[in-house]
Amino acid sequence: MIEKVENKRIRLLINIFLAAIFVAVIVLLDTKKIGDDYIRRVLNLTAIYTIVSVSMNLVNGFTGLFSLGQAGFMAIGAYTVALFTVPLQVRPNVFYMVPQNPIIAQIELPFAIALILGGLLAALAAILIGIPVLRLKSDYLAIATLGFSEIIRIVCTNAKSITNGALGIKSIPEMPTMWVFFGVAIISVIIIYLLINSSYGRAFKAIREDEIAAEAMGINLFKHKVMSFAIGAFFAGIGGGLLASLLATVDPRQFYFTVTYNFLLIIVLGGMGSISGTVIASFLVTAGLEVLRFFDEPLTLFGVNIPVFRPGFRMVIFSLLLMVLVLFFRNGLLGQKELSWKVIHNWFNRRGKKKTGKGGVA
Amino acid sequence: MTIELFMQQLANGISIGSLYALLAIGYTMVYGILRLINFAHGDIFMMAAYFMVFSIINFKLPWYIGAVIVIVASVGLGLLLERTAYRPLRDAPRMSIMISAIGASFFLENLATYLFTGVPKGFPDIKVLTKPVSIGNISLSVSTIITPFVTIILLYVVLFITNKTKIGMAMRAVSKDFETARLMGININKVIATTFIIGSSLAAIGAILWGSKYPSVMPLMGVMPGLKCFIAAVLGGIGNTTGAVLGGFILGMAEIMLVTFLQPLTGYRDAIAFVILIIVLLVKPTGLLGEKVTDKV
Repeated sequence: MIEKVENKRIRLLINIFLAAIFVAVIVLLDTKKIGDDYIRRVLNLTAIYTIVSVSMNLVNGFTGLFSLGQAGFMAIGAYTVALFTVPLQVRPNVFYMVPQNPIIAQIELPFAIALILGGLLAALAAILIGIPVLRLKSDYLAIATLGFSEIIRIVCTNAKSITNGALGIKSIPEMPTMWVFFGVAIISVIIIYLLINSSYGRAFKAIREDEIAAEAMGINLFKHKVMSFAIGAFFAGIGGGLLASLLATVDPRQFYFTVTYNFLLIIVLGGMGSISGTVIASFLVTAGLEVLRFFDEPLTLFGVNIPVFRPGFRMVIFSLLLMVLVLFFRNGLLGQKELSWKVIHNWFNRRGKKKTGKGGVA
Repeated sequence: MTIELFMQQLANGISIGSLYALLAIGYTMVYGILRLINFAHGDIFMMAAYFMVFSIINFKLPWYIGAVIVIVASVGLGLLLERTAYRPLRDAPRMSIMISAIGASFFLENLATYLFTGVPKGFPDIKVLTKPVSIGNISLSVSTIITPFVTIILLYVVLFITNKTKIGMAMRAVSKDFETARLMGININKVIATTFIIGSSLAAIGAILWGSKYPSVMPLMGVMPGLKCFIAAVLGGIGNTTGAVLGGFILGMAEIMLVTFLQPLTGYRDAIAFVILIIVLLVKPTGLLGEKVTDKV
């Protein structure tokens, strides 16, 4: 008994220690003591991918709805931030082809407000799609959301007086510190974690497991589905807004629906229904997408040009990875569990006991 | 607007609608049997267009031999897809099957980008199909005129297979009740493979006709037609072959009429399908010819 309490205290200390290391590394990176701009950029991108993937996992992994609209919701958030934060004096330079619509041309908002507004607009869009579609079987949601994200892209390309069309919006103010990205990411993950462990979260999981049984237990299916979908869209919008300020530019091509497939890969790799798995997978996939760029460049080994390495190879590998994961390692890294010392302990134990056994862990 | 222009656009609408119909049959049949949105169907269509480009331009085959090769190759691709991406997951959760379908579609798109690059390739000019024909004051290509007839003939072929043959009876049984059909000794894998053969060959024929109308072949050319044709299948009542053809025609007409009468909205042409989807789901989720299905507990 005492030993167990000791164990708990040691684990708590290790946890605090790890969190401190994480904060220290970010502080060092942020104050430009270590690393370079490229690493900072990739890490910021990881933070954004974490927000969007965790929100997608809330909808797909925890509520069992198959939504593919993440790119569209991100576009809404990104364009909201872009429209309202570009300083008024540079706007004529940005909108040099078609002048900006006079209704929004004189409005400039602080970044935080524009970010939240972007999230809210994304959630509103989600509610508008959710009302007709979520009453039905979830198959239609996949097509409707995929179509929605394409419509958003078409609207962004065509509504020139608002979005500047295919030229995109440039000169979005950049953020001075990495804490904007990591702070929002940490807050978002905590909010979603708390939500999932609340009574609403239990209702979401009940819907995922068996809709009819959940309804019989008195859960209002439609209300909870719309809620989960809208909250997921809200955080995707926030992620999109952060992406706009990270890249300092938005254009419709950034939000092609294939972007959503990156998040799909992340949640499948991390485990549908595991927040910590999603966080780990966001890091792995984002870093992987960057590190594996050498796949796209010609490779010469010992004077022999290896012909398979040329542009596009990286994405072939990634799409193949998605299929291999879902065919052979359906549970991903963590399945529906959360990362804890117990899981790590069991994992090592199982690995030690049966080396040849079928491992469910990738 | 002159009457000639209207007739011209009407013919275009019917023609594009029948191309959608050809693809929609594939979606509706696979959905009827497997309850699966075959996301990769549009990519089989894309690959078929590439096969046509290679067999005619690179191997200099006559178009009729090329067409046969394209159909055979697309059927092979469809069967390979079913065998590798769908069959291993037959008893898996629906979410996994959908992800696998999306993964397969994404893989084919990336593979095409990698192998053939993203630069559009020109579709071979098949003289028999692209020759212009004048009827009164309107000028149409042969492919525009024959496409609706090809679609109607193929629809009757598919209806004959599903209603009059033994394998068709098995298909209907499987789509009614998967488990019971299995218990009655129906070879599920054979039925599903047949569905994919029919769907892929229709997609291949669609690709040949599509290419002679829009002669530009790209790795992502199958995505939009794919999504639209699924919507056409939903509009007609998913699982119903005649409904899919009807939905395809309506969708094609709606698109062309939007472009004709509301010129400023031309940029939103691709969006109209999704507006139709939302309306259908609100008003009549079972589609025009679909039957109501109740969930069994």
